[in-house]
Amino acid sequence: MSLDKEKIKHVAKLARISVDEAKVESLTKDLNSIFKFIEQLNELNTDKVEPLTSILNQSLRSRKDDISDGKIREKILKNSPKENEEFFVVPKVVE
Amino acid sequence: MADITNQSLNEIIENVKTKKVSSSELTKAYIKNIEGAKKLNAFVTTTFDQALDKSKKFDNKPNFDQLLPGIPLAVKDLFCTENTKTTAGSNILNNFIPSYESTVTKNLWDNGSFLLGKLNCDEFAMGSSNETSYYGNVINPVGDQLVPGGSSGGSSSALAADLTPATIGTDTGGSIRQPASFTGTVGLKPTYGLCSRWGIVAFASSLDQAGPMTKTIKDCAIMLEAMSGFDEKDSTSINKKKEQYSKNLKDNIKGLKIGIPKEYRVDNMPKEVDELWEKGKKILKDLGAQLIDISLPHTKYALPTYYIVAPAEASSNLARYDGVRYGYRSKQGKDLIEMYEKTRSEGFGDEVKRRILIGTYVLSSGYYDAYYLKAQKVRQLIKKDFDDSFKKIDAILTPSTPSSAFKIGEKTNDPVSMYLNDIFTVPVNLAGLPALSMPAGVDNQGHPLGLQLIGKALDEQKILNIGYAFEKNCGFNNEIKKWWS
Repeated sequence: MSLDKEKIKHVAKLARISVDEAKVESLTKDLNSIFKFIEQLNELNTDKVEPLTSILNQSLRSRKDDISDGKIREKILKNSPKENEEFFVVPKVVE
Repeated sequence: MADITNQSLNEIIENVKTKKVSSSELTKAYIKNIEGAKKLNAFVTTTFDQALDKSKKFDNKPNFDQLLPGIPLAVKDLFCTENTKTTAGSNILNNFIPSYESTVTKNLWDNGSFLLGKLNCDEFAMGSSNETSYYGNVINPVGDQLVPGGSSGGSSSALAADLTPATIGTDTGGSIRQPASFTGTVGLKPTYGLCSRWGIVAFASSLDQAGPMTKTIKDCAIMLEAMSGFDEKDSTSINKKKEQYSKNLKDNIKGLKIGIPKEYRVDNMPKEVDELWEKGKKILKDLGAQLIDISLPHTKYALPTYYIVAPAEASSNLARYDGVRYGYRSKQGKDLIEMYEKTRSEGFGDEVKRRILIGTYVLSSGYYDAYYLKAQKVRQLIKKDFDDSFKKIDAILTPSTPSSAFKIGEKTNDPVSMYLNDIFTVPVNLAGLPALSMPAGVDNQGHPLGLQLIGKALDEQKILNIGYAFEKNCGFNNEIKKWWS
């Protein structure tokens, strides 16, 4: 299948990336050549193959449900582009 | 003493232990080299004051029983370092100062070493030439027009140019082994789960592994020993006893069975790559190993599979960069959604955006089965190829890359031709296996080429041993003229 410009704009919207109108053309070309490459997989019949979901021969561990790293609000807020003393600040969401 | 910085890590450690050189002298020597090598653009951040301070502390109270006593090390800028900026080669993390240390770097520091600086890399480790970094291209010390490989290109360049005695990188599809091959150095991607992923900026979580990049096999064993180990903070970390890779290094490989896969070729592969592979086979055979022809029939599907799985995981991992909690935030955008869109558009480079879009598309409603599920099934077939082969062999020998280092700008306009560079390295990540790239010779332009040894899961010791025996008999000498200083 091939991706057209509208489809790419839709995917960009889903990915929350604004795409410059001037760049849509070259992006479409690049992504189509990549998908053409990827679609080699269609040569293979995989009807009877189980998908690989883990390469480890072990199941994922779960930790105890204990609070182990609380009281680090300052550290967490330190790298925020905008915050007040206690919260991350974002553009107004609710009128 | 003579220039200590062109020695191997192992030799340097011996010199520190026998007090022929102090940690401060060593650190100053590397700082001098780094200051004279700005043309290579290998560093994003340097931490000289901190390193000098640590080296003095070591000299005042030395502990020579550690694996890395008083050794300064630069690391890829994908490892979070406490209170030192960590960018992942991206504008979106240009101001990010972690309040925590990655487990693998912490392991290195706990073994006596300290940070010299953070090394440039492809943005979010997405690239094969170090041309996608926000902080500019890195130059290969082998030649001023050549890429150092990627994504760990700052690491390979710094190591080959004597700017750090050893280093660490990360490998999602070849990002340690391909740059090692391009610079005449050693690089190891460990078994998935051997080194903790905690505190490493995530790219594709089911493929990412950290590993050592060094000048010699012995150095590689030392670094792997220092950085690996169980970590309860990584849910995919393997809980097993720590190995003493350097102590157990042996060069007797008599009777080992080495598989030679017939599928590891590409159209128009330079004949030197083939010749070098032949040379490698001969060396191992002369050392008493047995060569066995094998088939890994799904090899050609590894890259297409990778370019579904890796972008899918990346699109999910990189969703966290939203301009809210850390990192860059666009000044534009009237509402929250527009702020997200502008932040991500301005903060990410073209290759990262491309991969996020691929990943978002293959995971989107209506396409999941056709792409992602299909890829997971083919990944099973690729893993099965290896599992079947390893029933009758100990290790696999292949070329590391289909060519030597290419020129800057040569492949940037054609993403697929760039991706094809990883054709021999990607299958191993999909199967979670360990693989070593070791320098083996040069092509007709004098540029280094590497051979790759692939092992069974957790068989790092065996491939290191084969590499050790190979290295002693290969006669490769990485002669790099220091044109940049």
